[in-house]
Amino acid sequence: MPKSKSAYSVPTKKQKSDTYIFVVWVDNEAGVLARVVGLFSGRGYNIESLAVAEIDAIKNISRITIVTTGTPQVIEQIRLQLTKLVPVHKVAEFKREDKNVIFKEMALFKVVGKKSKIEKCLNACKKFDPVILDETKSSAVIQITALRREIDIMNKKLKPLGLVSTSRTGAVAMTRGAQIFN
Amino acid sequence: MPKLYTGAEIVFKCLEDQKVEHIFGYPGGAVLPIYDELKNHSSIKHILVRHEQGAGHAAEGYARSSGKPGVVLVTSGPGATNVVTALTDAYMDSVPLVCISGQVPTHLIGTDAFQECDTTGITRPCTKHNWLVKDINELSNVMHEAFKVATTGRPGPVLIDIPKDIQFAKAKYKKPKIEKKLNGKLQNKFSQNDIDELIKLFSKAKKPVIYSGGGVINSGPKASEALRELASLTGFPITSTLQGLGAFPGDDNQFLGMLGMHGTYEANNAMHDCDLLINIGARFDDRITGKIDEFSPKSKKVHIDIDPSSINKIIKVDLAIVGDVSSVLNKINKTIVKSKNGNGKSNKSNIAKWWEQIEKWRRKDSLNFINSDETIKPQHAVQRLYEITKNKDTYVTTEVGQHQMWAAQHYKFNKPNRWMTSGGLGTMGYGLPAAVGVQIAHPEKLVVDIAGEASVLMTMQEMSTAVQYNLPIKIFILNNQYMGMVRQWQELLHEKNYSESYSEALPDFMKMAEAYGCKGIKAVNPFDLDEKIQEMIDYDGPVIFDCHVDPNENCFPMIPSGKPHNQMILGPNDQEENKIKGKGKALV
Repeated sequence: MPKSKSAYSVPTKKQKSDTYIFVVWVDNEAGVLARVVGLFSGRGYNIESLAVAEIDAIKNISRITIVTTGTPQVIEQIRLQLTKLVPVHKVAEFKREDKNVIFKEMALFKVVGKKSKIEKCLNACKKFDPVILDETKSSAVIQITALRREIDIMNKKLKPLGLVSTSRTGAVAMTRGAQIFN
Repeated sequence: MPKLYTGAEIVFKCLEDQKVEHIFGYPGGAVLPIYDELKNHSSIKHILVRHEQGAGHAAEGYARSSGKPGVVLVTSGPGATNVVTALTDAYMDSVPLVCISGQVPTHLIGTDAFQECDTTGITRPCTKHNWLVKDINELSNVMHEAFKVATTGRPGPVLIDIPKDIQFAKAKYKKPKIEKKLNGKLQNKFSQNDIDELIKLFSKAKKPVIYSGGGVINSGPKASEALRELASLTGFPITSTLQGLGAFPGDDNQFLGMLGMHGTYEANNAMHDCDLLINIGARFDDRITGKIDEFSPKSKKVHIDIDPSSINKIIKVDLAIVGDVSSVLNKINKTIVKSKNGNGKSNKSNIAKWWEQIEKWRRKDSLNFINSDETIKPQHAVQRLYEITKNKDTYVTTEVGQHQMWAAQHYKFNKPNRWMTSGGLGTMGYGLPAAVGVQIAHPEKLVVDIAGEASVLMTMQEMSTAVQYNLPIKIFILNNQYMGMVRQWQELLHEKNYSESYSEALPDFMKMAEAYGCKGIKAVNPFDLDEKIQEMIDYDGPVIFDCHVDPNENCFPMIPSGKPHNQMILGPNDQEENKIKGKGKALV
């Protein structure tokens, strides 16, 4: 008998992991985020990004968007476990590659430097319809909304152009077309 | 103007409306207003434990033996943290508990006040849900919802944290709503199509096996009846998990015994070789499946469970039926009866060969052991206990370890709710307080805790509770002076390095019994055993029975870790035989 020296079985072959976006509608009450996040950490699922805010003040509903990776089995478990939480109303999940779903993140870039450098920055961001939220002689705060990897790229690109600080949100998601998720 | 009630009064009004008769608890500063109110509610009896963990396990024993939720009342801080083990235990084994904890007044929350802790934070991962009540107007609704959450779907523990000022504050009382949907979480999502598909699988199966679990017990006595009917309609062999014992009669010929790590040879081989596996209310626990890749490789798998998240969690199944076991089984039985009336065809003949194979496995007699005239063998002690108590409708609790497995193997249960053991969490110290709870729920019945000397010392203080309420529980200790299961693993896997598993300076259990004011009985000789067991049963009061057993006995059969079901290690008889034949060494 090969000695595993353990009262537990050894891990076996793993399936392929994919990135998914979970959208969770919850009662906006104290501790609800801790319940959702605690479920992920407690069961060893990871969270790549997280966005949460109240979306219906009358019904008191918040919408949590979580980007995570996992094998198909893990993704199914995440959905079923989330559904079991008492303050959770509904759960939707989408593959990151899903063409019917829009994913967006927002980023704020603070650029410090001369006008010309700031111009260059704006130019680089052009594709993402940059908005200048604050401008001084020697600085600017630029807002873009884009995909995660696009923001990753811009973050790199702007570094040599005077980017000193980046602040970004987690992804939020919305289905295309007229239908909504039920 | 409607009458206003204090928070403490509302707590009791809710408990009354939820038909609670017993609470297990321990007072303290932050729950004093609730304790003060206790005297005004004669229909509710409070059982004072000696440690909050004991309150939790007692409530578990109460719940599992009666089918009603167990109620626990503790104070803030250490009161709440002490009950965490019991809550986790209940969470793992799906036991409905409602725990009410006191909390420091709302204005002191977050200030590191005396006996303050983040109770809802600490218990969040070990409850189905918990509430911190900061508004007195929410208290009634929260209390009623708590009972609902604890008892519906897959049952489990919940906790309500009530700050002291809320216990004093006044509000209107709201009665429980009759019909309330929990975010649409009502179960029974199966359709007749699912059932028809299952019946089709039934009729095709040549080597079927039913694998039933604690879900059958949780679904109520009707589910056990339905399971028995299903077994008799189909003639299928049936095995059970640790938690499912009693749902099907343990002495019935169709019953293969328990499966899993210390399950019988026939049950595990049937699981491995079957072509149709019907999981009813079990969860493919790792003590059951062994090596996942080689788990029941040739079978179609069916899973009936009330909890959708249990399905495909560990083992992918071919047919999932989400619903309450009792309703699903009744539907299946009705459909079978109907179709039989149609063409009278039964597949019992299909499985005759399968039964022949099972009988072959059975002849291995995998629960055998070499008995002795000199020392009491622990298996023998359990067998004698069973023989002497089997006609008494006995309730058995256990601690955790070898004695627990021997109890599961050798004590045969014929009814549900008679067997209370800590399976999922494996909590040493569960059995004694659980026995207290069982005896409270069934004052006239015989309640035995089959214990190990190491486990029972963890919650021994609850003997004092048993004596206070004159609960005639019998603590039947299989005393081998070792943490037996630890010792066994060390023998098999760690080159007999018995690191810290021997208990030196054990107390004299006879004197301990005397100190608690109960009866002590000691057995060291196999020839006196029956007589002493009889003495224990005949005594009208709590008993500590110190049964000295062979310290070196191991629990067999067993599936070594990381092995599939068909590679079991059998007991010493078989090992001896195999040695002579020159094979089998590989098995050890």
